[in-house]
Amino acid sequence: MTISKKQEILTQRCFLFFAAIFIFGSLQLAHAQDWVRTGTNLGATKIRLAAASFKPTSNDPQNGILKNAFDTTLFDDLSNAGIFDMVSKSMAPPLMPGSPQEISLPQWAAAPSNADMVVFGSIGVADGKVTVYGYLFDAKNQQTPQILGKQYSDNASVDNARAIAHRFADEIILRLGGIAGICETKIYFVSFRTGNKEIWVMDYDGQNEHQVTHLGSISLSPRVSPDNSRVAFSSLAKNGWSIRMYSLLLNRMVNFNSPGGTTISPAWSSDGTKLAFSSSRDGDSEIYTTNADGAGLHRLTAFRGPDVSPVWNPKTNSQIAWVSGRTGLPHIYTMDSDGANVQRLTDGGYATSPSWSPNGQFLAFAWNRKYGPGAPGGQDIYIMDIASKRWTQLTHDSGHNDFPSWSPDGRHLVFQREDGGATQLWTMLADGTEQHALTHGSSNTMPNWSWK
Amino acid sequence: MQYLHRKSLASVMGLAALITIAGCHKKTPPPPPPPPPTVSAPAPTADVAVTPSAINPGDSAVLTWKTANATDVSIEGIGQVATTGTMNVKPTESTNYHLVARGDGGSTDATARLTVNAPQAPAASNLNESDMDDSLFHQNVQDVFYDYDAYEIRPDAAPVIAKDAAFLSQHTGIKVVIGGYCDERGSTEYNLSLGENRANAAKQALVNAGVSPDRLRTVSYGKEKQFCTEHTEECWQQNRRAQFSVDR
Repeated sequence: MTISKKQEILTQRCFLFFAAIFIFGSLQLAHAQDWVRTGTNLGATKIRLAAASFKPTSNDPQNGILKNAFDTTLFDDLSNAGIFDMVSKSMAPPLMPGSPQEISLPQWAAAPSNADMVVFGSIGVADGKVTVYGYLFDAKNQQTPQILGKQYSDNASVDNARAIAHRFADEIILRLGGIAGICETKIYFVSFRTGNKEIWVMDYDGQNEHQVTHLGSISLSPRVSPDNSRVAFSSLAKNGWSIRMYSLLLNRMVNFNSPGGTTISPAWSSDGTKLAFSSSRDGDSEIYTTNADGAGLHRLTAFRGPDVSPVWNPKTNSQIAWVSGRTGLPHIYTMDSDGANVQRLTDGGYATSPSWSPNGQFLAFAWNRKYGPGAPGGQDIYIMDIASKRWTQLTHDSGHNDFPSWSPDGRHLVFQREDGGATQLWTMLADGTEQHALTHGSSNTMPNWSWK
Repeated sequence: MQYLHRKSLASVMGLAALITIAGCHKKTPPPPPPPPPTVSAPAPTADVAVTPSAINPGDSAVLTWKTANATDVSIEGIGQVATTGTMNVKPTESTNYHLVARGDGGSTDATARLTVNAPQAPAASNLNESDMDDSLFHQNVQDVFYDYDAYEIRPDAAPVIAKDAAFLSQHTGIKVVIGGYCDERGSTEYNLSLGENRANAAKQALVNAGVSPDRLRTVSYGKEKQFCTEHTEECWQQNRRAQFSVDR
C-alpha cells in the first residue's frame, strides 16, 4: 500500500516535471517566434575589447575620485557602443599599465580575457589640472600595436574627468567602429522635478542633468537644432500653445515668430534651416513648415482631424513623416516636404511619435496595435523599414513606451517608459537589446537625442 | 407725349429682354428631370424640436428639425427651409413652430412649442465680465463631454450647447475661453492636437448657435491637466471634455 502510494507520488512528480519542461519549452518557442530581431552589424563578430583600470600618477587626494569616474565612464561608454564584446573586469589581468612601456600584450591576449584590443593609460591630478594619457593597442599585433595615443588635460573635476572619458571613447569607437561615437551627445527632455514641466538636458548616459528652461508653465517636445545652438519646444501661456526657442549659446529665450492657435511639436530639418510643426492657426490642426526664424510659413496638410508630430527625413529633407487622425485613430504617414504624395505606413491600432533614422531608412515610433477602450497590452516601440513597410517590435510587455528618438549614429534609441510608476527615460540598441533606464525619480518624458 | 411713352416702354422692354438673355446666357437651368413615378416614393417624415422649450423674454432658443424623403420643407412664420437644420429663434411671445414637409410620397407635419415666460426681472441678466462669479458661470455654462478619441459634439451635448449659447447671448459682456481636455491614455502630442479639435468643435457649436466668435478663445490642455485621476472609464469620461471659463 505504502509502496504503491510512493510510486504514485513519484509518477505525479515526474509528470509535473516533464509538464513544466514542456510548457517552458513551448514558451521559449513562442518568444522565438514573436521576438524577431533586425539591426545593423548583426552578422559581424564584435571586437573583443579590454579596458584596463587607468593608472593614477599623483598623490593628489582628488586623483582617486576622478580616476573612478573616468574608469567607470570609459568602460560604460565602450559597453554602450554596442559594437564591442567587452572583457568583463573580473576576467581582465589585475594590472594597471600606465604607458606603452608598462603593458604586456600577451597577458591580455591570453585566456581568460582573450582581448583583441586593449585600452589603457594613466590619469593624474596636479595643480588643479587633470591629465589623461590614453592608448588603444592591438593585442594581436606585437610589432606595431599602437592604434591610438591621446593626451587630454582640463581643470580637475569629476565632470571634466567624465567628459575626457567620453572624448576618448568616441575616438576609439570612431577608429574601430567606423562611425562617430555618441558619447559626447546630449539628450534633451521634459522633467517634472520642479513641479512644473520644464526642458532639461543630460549627457547621453543619464549623467550631468541640468535644467534649461525656467518658465513655470508646461513646456513640452524639446528639439535641439542640428548645430546644438538652440532648442525649439512648445510651451503653454495665457494665449495657448506656441513654439518657443531657447538659445544654448546665450543661455536665454530668444524670439521665434510662432503662429497663433495651438502650435506644438517642432522639428528641425537636418540642415537647420527649416522647422516643421503642427498649428491650428486656421482652425484645424495642420502641419506647417517655416524658416528657422518663423518666417515663410507654409501649410502642407489640409484634412480635417489632428495632424501633429512632424519629423523630417534627415538624409534628404525632402520628406516629412507625421501623425494624422484623419481616419479616426492616429496613424503614421509620410509626404513630400511640399505636401504631395501622402502615404500611410501603419495599418491599424494607435501609432504616434515618429522619429526618422539618421540614414533615412527607418522610422521608429510608438504603436499600440490592440488599441481600444479596455484593450489589453501596452504601447511599444517599433521600427519600420519605410521602403518595404516591414516592421519590428523592439519593446515587449513593459508598459507604455513612447517618444523614441534616434541617436546620431543610428545604433541607439532613447524613449520614455511608464511601467506602473512614474515615466522614465530608457535607452536601448536599435535592435531592442541592452535596455536600461537613464533617469530615476520624479517624472521624465519626451527625450530628444542631439544631432552630434 | 404718346411717342415718348412708347419710346420709354420700348426701351424698358428691350432692357428686360437683354437682362433675360444675359441671365439665360450665364446659367442655363437644365430642364428638371421628369418626376419619378409617385407609386414607389416613400412618405416623408418630419421631426422638429426646440431647446429649451421655455425661455424668458429676450432669450433665444435653438430650433432643430430633421426630415426625410422631403423635397419642400417650410416652417410657419419662417418660410422655406433646408430639409435638415438648426436655427436660433428669439420670439417675444409663445410660438408654435409648425413644420410642413412635402415630398413625392405626400406630405407630413410636425410642431414644436416654445413657451415664453411672463416677463420678470431676471437676476442674472445684467451681469458682465467683472462681476461674473466663476461658480455662477459654470452653473449656467456647462461643460460638454466627448467620446473616446473623438471630437464631434455628441447628440447628448447639443442641448447643453444650446443652454450655454442662450446664457452667453444673454450676457454679451462675457468673453469665454474654451479648454479642450483628453483622458490620460494615448500620446502627449496627439492629445494636445485632439484637445484643440475638441475645444474648436465646442467653439463652432456655440458660433452656430449665435455666439460671436470674437468672444470665444480656445486652449488645448491635452492630457496635461486632469479633472479626475482614477484609471476608470468614469474618470476618463470626466477628462474628455470642453470646459468653458470666463476669459479675464
